[in-house]
Amino acid sequence: MTTTLATPAAAPGRAKSVPGGRILLGAAVPLLILGLWWLVTGPLDLFTPTQLPAPQRVLDAGVGLLEDGALFAHVGISVQRVLFGFFFGAVAGLLLGSLLGLSRLADGLLHPTVGAFRAVPSLAWVPLILLWVGIGEDGKVLLIAIGAFFPVFTSVHSALRHVDPHLVEAGRAFGYHGTRLLTTVQLPAVVPPVFSGLRLALAQSWLFLVAAELLASSEGLGFLLIESQNNGRVDRLLLAIVLLAILGKTTDALLGIIERKALKTWA
Amino acid sequence: MTSAPALDQRHSAAASTQPVVPSETVASESLSVSFNDVGRAFDGRTVLRNVSLTVTPGEVLAILGSSGCGKSTLLRAVGGLDEGFTGDIVIGDSAVTRYDERTAVGFQEPRLLPWRSIRRNVELGLPRNLSKAEGQARVVELLELVGLSDRAALRPREISGGMAQRASLARALARQPGVLLLDEPFGALDALTRLKMQDLLLDIHAQTGTTVLLVTHDVNEALQLADRILLLGGRRSDTAEGATVKSLVPVPGKRPRDRAATDLAQLRSELYAGLGVDSR
Repeated sequence: MTTTLATPAAAPGRAKSVPGGRILLGAAVPLLILGLWWLVTGPLDLFTPTQLPAPQRVLDAGVGLLEDGALFAHVGISVQRVLFGFFFGAVAGLLLGSLLGLSRLADGLLHPTVGAFRAVPSLAWVPLILLWVGIGEDGKVLLIAIGAFFPVFTSVHSALRHVDPHLVEAGRAFGYHGTRLLTTVQLPAVVPPVFSGLRLALAQSWLFLVAAELLASSEGLGFLLIESQNNGRVDRLLLAIVLLAILGKTTDALLGIIERKALKTWA
Repeated sequence: MTSAPALDQRHSAAASTQPVVPSETVASESLSVSFNDVGRAFDGRTVLRNVSLTVTPGEVLAILGSSGCGKSTLLRAVGGLDEGFTGDIVIGDSAVTRYDERTAVGFQEPRLLPWRSIRRNVELGLPRNLSKAEGQARVVELLELVGLSDRAALRPREISGGMAQRASLARALARQPGVLLLDEPFGALDALTRLKMQDLLLDIHAQTGTTVLLVTHDVNEALQLADRILLLGGRRSDTAEGATVKSLVPVPGKRPRDRAATDLAQLRSELYAGLGVDSR
């Protein structure tokens, strides 16, 4: 495959010289799994359709849902919840993480409390949210925001705490302090770790989305999961899982592109 | 190392046109530094005590001492990076202030911001009151002075350690400091690069005329660069804790000195002895 496409000049990294070579490499294992799936359900016939439906059945289920418009509704509302929850959680995490990372007073005052809240497994908040906010849109977005908050908070906070003191001192020695020091030295220095935190938070957001939708919802991918389980529609169940994988991977890849751009500028 | 020819060229050019007329944009108004009974203790442990001397404007003073004797502590006190000292330090005609803007520090590590180009790192040293055009002109001239004009767009990780240290030096000079404070700036460089950097520093001193306080543990470096050498250490006559002025000796001869000059051998032996090292 590579021999016909690779140019001689780029011989040492042939896989890299193929346009989209990395993507092809990354797609190899999913395609292999798909092949195996087809093999054990079709020609080998090792499973009944209620245990493991064939890939074609799952695709048909998807097409069926697409035709009556339900698929877009499920995917749309789930993506919307994740984006809102991730956004609010990340912003809160950035703000509180910056405050505690930069101010010793705020850190001393608030870090033990935030630490205690972090120690509570986030799903333990569900009953309280149900009682106080209800599990409508607000409650779901709030739960996702809680899930997204802590990875961002932790990464911003610890990154600001660990900015190379040599660089900060050099900045001070050249007359930088306060906001100018923050924007010149401290914030740029934490860009890489903050992006790791954001990506972790995005993964958490999808996790909490499914948790929220499994608990109580009338649409969304989590609802599709629980509904399909109740109806014994394993094909739709698998469809929801595949869609979650694709959506999670896609949003992560988009964030990854932004991260690479940021790292090019700041690292 | 590809820039070495450029460095040599620039160096010989500077040598042939001596005495160098200080350039208007990089020349500094050099200031005196007076230490009056300066001491410093950390957690009750005395590191420095009774340091008194005056550095004249434009002088190059090498501060020599074994490691941990408080050389850097003294230097940081002059830069206003450390305020815990006792006694008085006066720069020009007023006491040193926090992060004193009349001084500029060249640290042992280059301490360049990794996400900024070399040019933007040098800009970091510019005084705030300078207009944008003046600042740009000064940065261009300084990059030229340290031989980094063709590397200005690169990031710190894309250049060698010697180049990074030159960039750090240019950043310090961008302030037009009255006193340039150098804390073992060449300590981490290989021997050859260090010699080149020493020549560069002499060039810079000839062009800017700034007062230089240079902390070093290298006797030869001190002999090569300094007008006077301050040797810090414990005095044999008393047993009190902490380092103080062990000796303050002028270095004979005019710069640039022959690195192999025999008349410095006696002084070299004395300095090694003062550091507790047998010179043979």
